[in-house]
Amino acid sequence: MNKRSIRLIQGICLVALMAAGAVFARWDATAFDFGRFGFGYSSRPAPRMPAIPTDTEGLLVKSLLEITQGKTHAALDTLDEVLRLAPNFKLAHLVRGDLLMARARELSGFGGAPDAPQEAISDFREEARVRLERYLTQQNEQAAPDYLWQLDPSQQHVILVDSSRSRLYLYRNENGKPRYVADYYVTVGKNGTEKWKEGDKRTPLGLYFTGTQLSPKKLPDFYGSAAYPLSYPNEWDRRQGKNGHGIWLHGTPSDTYSRPPRASDGCVVMTNPDLKALAPVLQAGNTPVVITHGVPAGTPEELAAQKEALLRAMEGWRQAWETQNTDRYLDYYSRDFFSQDRNFESWAQEKRRIQAVGTKANVQLSNVSIFRYPDDKQQMVVVNFDQQYKSNNLNNQMRKRQYWILEGKRWKILYEGAA
Amino acid sequence: MTVRSPFVPAALMAAVLLWTSSFAHADDLKSISLLAEQGQPGAALERLNSYMNVHPGDVQGQFLKGVLLAESGKSADAIKVFSDLTSKHPELPEPYNNLAVLYADQGQYEKARRALEMAIKTHPSYATAHENLGDVYARMATDAYDKALQLDKNNPRAQTKLAMVKELFTGSVRPAQVAAKTEPVAQPPVRVAPSAAPSPAPNVSEPVRPVPAAVTPPPVPPSPPVAVPEPAKPIPAPVVDAAKDGKDRGATESVRATEKPAGADGVKALEETVRNWAKAWSAKNVDGYLAFYGAGFKVPGGEKRSVWEKSRQERIKAPASIRVELSDIRVKMQDDNHATVNFRQSYRAGDVAKRTNKSLVMKKSGSKWYIEQELTDR
Repeated sequence: MNKRSIRLIQGICLVALMAAGAVFARWDATAFDFGRFGFGYSSRPAPRMPAIPTDTEGLLVKSLLEITQGKTHAALDTLDEVLRLAPNFKLAHLVRGDLLMARARELSGFGGAPDAPQEAISDFREEARVRLERYLTQQNEQAAPDYLWQLDPSQQHVILVDSSRSRLYLYRNENGKPRYVADYYVTVGKNGTEKWKEGDKRTPLGLYFTGTQLSPKKLPDFYGSAAYPLSYPNEWDRRQGKNGHGIWLHGTPSDTYSRPPRASDGCVVMTNPDLKALAPVLQAGNTPVVITHGVPAGTPEELAAQKEALLRAMEGWRQAWETQNTDRYLDYYSRDFFSQDRNFESWAQEKRRIQAVGTKANVQLSNVSIFRYPDDKQQMVVVNFDQQYKSNNLNNQMRKRQYWILEGKRWKILYEGAA
Repeated sequence: MTVRSPFVPAALMAAVLLWTSSFAHADDLKSISLLAEQGQPGAALERLNSYMNVHPGDVQGQFLKGVLLAESGKSADAIKVFSDLTSKHPELPEPYNNLAVLYADQGQYEKARRALEMAIKTHPSYATAHENLGDVYARMATDAYDKALQLDKNNPRAQTKLAMVKELFTGSVRPAQVAAKTEPVAQPPVRVAPSAAPSPAPNVSEPVRPVPAAVTPPPVPPSPPVAVPEPAKPIPAPVVDAAKDGKDRGATESVRATEKPAGADGVKALEETVRNWAKAWSAKNVDGYLAFYGAGFKVPGGEKRSVWEKSRQERIKAPASIRVELSDIRVKMQDDNHATVNFRQSYRAGDVAKRTNKSLVMKKSGSKWYIEQELTDR
């Protein structure tokens, strides 16, 4: 009968809240301000729960939210489900450990294992934070229009990695515009981004393209189920004197579901199941991968104006070339211009020599793709296009790449070469 | 009758009701709680107040009053009622439990925790089961942490041994007074439940979760020694399996056999002294703690008393918090002025948790008992 009296009491108050509120008051999985997103502790009348998918990560997030709401029993059940799907999900094991420990004794905080190395705990806290934030902010395609200005028909998919969110976003090409498909948790370099030199354990920021999948048979277990090399260092990286190599997109070791947000030697690391889901895209090869840290500065209006100006500049450059107006043509090139073997002066000299003949030419650009280049210091874009050059004595078609840079209010060509 | 039969509580309740008051009382309370159920807590409270005027000190009535007050949102008044009940009837787990709920509602989790621990302590077997459950959770947590952090498993970690209940408490005497005939032997890693749980509780309690306020059952009447505590947490299944109904009934019936053994006063004073000693220790009250040691205290290792006191002071002051809890206290009186007190001591300070069996050799000096010797069983 005292059993029933217990029930009666439970009607008065949520005993579960005591367990959760008391024990987890100091348990901040993520130091995350739930209040900002309109829900959290049960004092709020109708918590707005974001739609959470029932995949491994979605369930983990669900369990974390359940903890903040005091539903520790439900959270434990949810975690069991997570671990059924991903038995090697260490973050899930850690949170489960905390939930169990909280029943045994007072928890000192997140990752209450008595002899846990603090670095490992803060790694897990970060992973929990970025995974949770992904679902709370629901900003999964925000950066796309800022970086992926225009896609060409050969690019069926584009990948954008935002290291500030530890997230990889996959977009489909829909009439030249990126359309969000999915996003995944990723690990980047232990020391963050802006790779500069070999061994600095940083992930490069820039535009890269995937190469042919490395032979799985020769791939050590550490790299997981697959590995795709990225084209680091690119033209701009080399120009700046950046070095190092072997930046890959790869999986996790077989005993590890996911690694902390910052843990790799510079590679972008995904879970093996996520990498498998992405395999059809990656195996097609030459997929553009923009690696950024956050979104570019500037309002959407400013960015739109920049894009307009760029398109006008490209057309002006094409016309100047077609009409063989060398002064106007060279005016589209930056004084800092570089190509594989020339600087501005040698490039200008060569062009003046050729164009002095004064043969009219026909220049057509097609299959144009435009990517904003993630660079804090300057406004830069990379354009790729098929170039058809026809004149009396030459008929040439090639795939070209140009880096354009905003100088004052004018876009100028910083680099030009074969793509 | 199966252990899970829903009729058990009703039958028991009837049996217990017979105990305290007349059927008329029970009927009064029943109709009052019915009134409250029908959404008239005000009217119910009014009737209860007049009932209490006629039957002051009626435990069921008081308990119901606390419940009604809590249900009408008068938490402070409800807390007063339940606090009063706990001081008058410390052997009842229910008022402690309800106090805990009210405290938790106010965010006073420390108080709520203490109240729940007191509720569990009303029965030493359940206190042990509760601690064991905590230790099982801790071990499961350790396994989970190992998987998360891949900690070095070869690194031996102090793991608290689970405690075995070695006596069947039939309920005929206060558990604390049951003299241990056998000294503790080696502790197997898994807790073994007594084959006959003293609780007539029909089923394993579910994990606490909110349920809409429902029936208001009359609480257990004050019947020293109390028989029907229930753990706040689920008991492992074996307890249920083992609870054969014959023994169940025996346990209930034994509630009636309540004779205080001789020398109970001395036993009581000793128990209290030892508990206060643990309390001073937990409070990190060094002076208070040392005051429990008599002038003739045999300092371990033949050290000087002053050296020992200094080392005790350092040991007690160092951790941020200390929790010393005693269970299974057994008092053996040699004569009016000499006794030995055996108990299980659970010590926690930060991450350090130690369980030991202790014996205190006690000597009475004046009206007080002092520790002559402190022995730890290893």
